Amino acid sequence: MYLYPIWVRLWHTFNAILFLILIVTGISMQYTGKSDYVLVVGFAKAVKWHNIAAMLLTLNYIFFIAGNILSGNGRFYRITKKNFLSDLAKQFKYYSLGMFKGEKHPFPVTMDRKFNPLQKLTYILSMYVAFPLLIISGFGLLFPETVINRFLGISGMILTDILHITMGFFLSLFMIIHIYTCTLGAKPASLFKSMLSGYHESEDQ
Amino acid sequence: MHLARFRLILFLTLILFSISVSGNEFKFKRMSAEPKDTITYVSPFYDDNERCFKCHNQRVYEYTNEILGRQVKALMFSERIVDRNRFYQSNHKSFSCTDCHSEEYTKFPHAGELRMEQIYNCIDCHGGDEKFARFHFEEIEAEYKKSVHFKLQEEGFSCWKCHGPHDYKISIRNHTNLKETILYDNNICLNCHANFSHFQLLSEKEEISILKKHEWLPNQATHYKSVRCIECHSEINDTILVSHLIKPKEEAVKRCNECHSQNSLLMSTLYKFESKEQRKDGFFNGIILNQSYVIGANRNEYLNIISLVISALIILIIGVHTFFRITRKQD
Repeated sequence: MYLYPIWVRLWHTFNAILFLILIVTGISMQYTGKSDYVLVVGFAKAVKWHNIAAMLLTLNYIFFIAGNILSGNGRFYRITKKNFLSDLAKQFKYYSLGMFKGEKHPFPVTMDRKFNPLQKLTYILSMYVAFPLLIISGFGLLFPETVINRFLGISGMILTDILHITMGFFLSLFMIIHIYTCTLGAKPASLFKSMLSGYHESEDQ
Repeated sequence: MHLARFRLILFLTLILFSISVSGNEFKFKRMSAEPKDTITYVSPFYDDNERCFKCHNQRVYEYTNEILGRQVKALMFSERIVDRNRFYQSNHKSFSCTDCHSEEYTKFPHAGELRMEQIYNCIDCHGGDEKFARFHFEEIEAEYKKSVHFKLQEEGFSCWKCHGPHDYKISIRNHTNLKETILYDNNICLNCHANFSHFQLLSEKEEISILKKHEWLPNQATHYKSVRCIECHSEINDTILVSHLIKPKEEAVKRCNECHSQNSLLMSTLYKFESKEQRKDGFFNGIILNQSYVIGANRNEYLNIISLVISALIILIIGVHTFFRITRKQD
């Protein structure tokens, strides 16, 4: 079934590339040493490319939000309170036990249900909570004059910085888990192919 | 009912958190501020000095021309104006003018040849004196002699070009606001390096362009406000508090990670005096973080450990999951 329209695939590809650049340059800045560079990017280059990639990522994020509103793609992220926790437990149980016993997927992908409950929760936390916090704190670090000097007695810049690196860290972890869970499709490479073609291959064929 | 209690507990926790955080903040600052220099200081030589300040504290001074037999008003040469208030706040506030200048100056009109008098340098008074041993003036002198400034000695460079004898006051040891110290110290450099009329006294160059030369530096304004010129333009010396060995411009620090790193250069320069009062809480460069925000120097030991543990757990879970996927498939 054709589940991933071209704009979603384009957004997703740019998002992935930019995020990888941001991870590499971010680690280069955070863990830079006096005499040797972590990874391969020098500090000055890391700052420059981190800023460029971050601005492009922000534009890409706006594109994603606008796309979700205009195309109706946003409905896939909607969580209904009813049975949500039990559905979440079902999905978790499937990933940790059920799938090894050959059980059927509790929430197979359909044209009306792109994401399972666990996906919904992690995508909402990452795209609608962590991402905006990452962008806002990043803006503060890029334009330090916009950050309040002190908050609850602590330097506003340090709080902004800690928020930024913490969100960056969690989103980096999300990316690792996301890539791994993408091997859990019909075949290990199925979901990666879907992101190129737009067609989803059913897990239960 | 439960919700109301939860709100109350949350509110109290937030208040306690803000109080404890604010409390810690005070602890990081100097416990007792040094008594501030003020113009209320009364010099034992006040009356003597007034004979000089009467004219030298003013742009326009007045004297009696005995030949013409009348009062004359004249403009004071700007380089000869000494601000009385600034003098009595400076390190040399307890001096009499004639401690350094000839007694002959007490006569008016001053004799022309007095202008040629030998002027003391710092080491002439401060060298070999037990009282000033902690400032290591001999080491400062030795460093100065290796610096680019010493090469201009013949052209007239001396300690006084940076440390005005009539207004200099020690700042880094007494500061309560580091930004003010940074401004004060940078203005010492800019007095020549951004003021062409002063600059051309010592250089043949036809222009100075600090901003243009530092174009490569990201966030120029933030850097100028947060660090002193000497952080990058001088060589660190562990014996003295402020380095005096100004290096040629080709040898200036240009690599960002000299400061933007876990063992930041700033801990040996700008924050040297305070680094003994290391701030804990796991920050590697706690003192810097009290005053400023430096990417790369802001690492926290605890956050590092937590992030490594979480990353290791995630990789372990993925590894175990993959293992079961492979083994179950074979079954």
